[in-house]
Amino acid sequence: MSAAAIASPDRRGVDSARAADRRRLMNPYLAGFGLGLVLLLTFLIMGRGLGATAGYGSLLAAAFGAIAPDWTAANPALKGYFADPPATNWTLYLLIGAFAGALVSGLLAHRVQFRIERGPNLSVRTRLLFAFSGGLLAAIGAKLAKGCTSGQALTGGSQLNAGSWVFMLSVFAGGYLLAYFVRRLWR
Amino acid sequence: MTLPLYGFDLITDAQGLATALLLGFGFGWFLERAGFGSARKLAAQFYLHDMTVLKVMFTAIITTAVGLWFFSAIGWLDLSYVYLTPTSVGAQLLGGLILGFGFILGGFCPGTSVTATATGSGDGLTYMAGFVAGLAIYAVALPGLELWANANSMGELTLPQVFGIPYGAVVLGVVVMALVAFAGAEWVERKFQHLRPQ
Repeated sequence: MSAAAIASPDRRGVDSARAADRRRLMNPYLAGFGLGLVLLLTFLIMGRGLGATAGYGSLLAAAFGAIAPDWTAANPALKGYFADPPATNWTLYLLIGAFAGALVSGLLAHRVQFRIERGPNLSVRTRLLFAFSGGLLAAIGAKLAKGCTSGQALTGGSQLNAGSWVFMLSVFAGGYLLAYFVRRLWR
Repeated sequence: MTLPLYGFDLITDAQGLATALLLGFGFGWFLERAGFGSARKLAAQFYLHDMTVLKVMFTAIITTAVGLWFFSAIGWLDLSYVYLTPTSVGAQLLGGLILGFGFILGGFCPGTSVTATATGSGDGLTYMAGFVAGLAIYAVALPGLELWANANSMGELTLPQVFGIPYGAVVLGVVVMALVAFAGAEWVERKFQHLRPQ
C-alpha cells in the first residue's frame, strides 16, 4: 500500500506536493539502520535489548496482585512480572517512549488519524474480532517463546541467539502458512 | 571502556528508566517512519508485494549484530553483562508459529500495535486489548506451558556455539545472508507487484 493511501489530506484540504512528500515513508533500509542503532545503544547502555511483552505483563501482574497477591506471586507466568512492578518496569517505560515516538513521527508526517484498517470487503466488527484474536494468540506465543518480535527476533537475532533464530523463522512460517486462507482480511 | 553502563553500575536505576523513555522514543519513531503503524502494510509482507517488514528487520539485526561484535572485539563491551534469553527450541518453535498466526490474523506484533495505536488505529488498540487478554488466559489456564518451556531450556546458546564457528565469522555470514535476502526481497516485490491492492 502506498503512503498516500493511509494518510489524511492536508489540514486545509490541499493535498500539496509538499504534504505528500512529508507523508512519504522512510526508505526501509534507512529505517532499519535507525532501528538497529537504537537497539545497539540499548545494549551498550542497559545490557539488554528492546521488548514489549514484559511491559504489559507488569501491568497485568499488578492488577492480579491487587486481587490475589499470593496466587500471583506463585503463578509461574506472572511471578517474574509481579516482582517488577509498573512504577519501575523498564520495558513499560520503553513502551511509553515508543508510543510518544510513534505519535510525534505520525503527527509530523500527517499520518495520525482514527481508522480501522481492513480489507475492502471486510466489516469493522470482523476486523476487530480478528485483531483481538491476533493479539490474544500473540500473547500466548510470546510467553511460550520468552519474547516477541522485538524481544526475541530483533534483540536475540542480533545477538545470534540460537533460540531467537528458531523463533524468527517460525514467525515467518506461521504468517505465510495462514496468509492464503485469511487473505480476505487484507485484500 | 566499560559497557554496558548499567551492568558496570555507571548509571542508576532512575537514569535507566529515563533512558528507556528516550530509547523507546527512537524505537517508536523508526517503526512509525517505516510505515509500521499500518496493519495492512505489515500484513503485506505475507502477500509478497511489499517486503518492508523483512527489509527493516534484517537491516536492524545486521546493524546491531555488527555493532555488538565490533564493540566486544575492541574490548569496550563485556558481553557477559548482556542478557541473553535462554534457548528452548520446542517452545520457541511453537511460540513463533502461534505469534506468526497472530501476526497475520491481527495485523501486528506486540510492538507495532503500540505504534499503530499511537497514530489512531482502532484495530491496533483492539489488538493490544487482545494481547492483555491472552497474557491473562496464559497465566490462569496454561501455567503448564510455562513450566514445560522452562523444563526444556538449554540455557544461553548462541549460533557460534551451535556451529562451532568464531563469533565474527557468524556475524559476517548473517550479513551476507541478509544481503542475499534483500536482493531476493526486491526481486519478489517486482515479481508480485500485480498483487498490490489499489
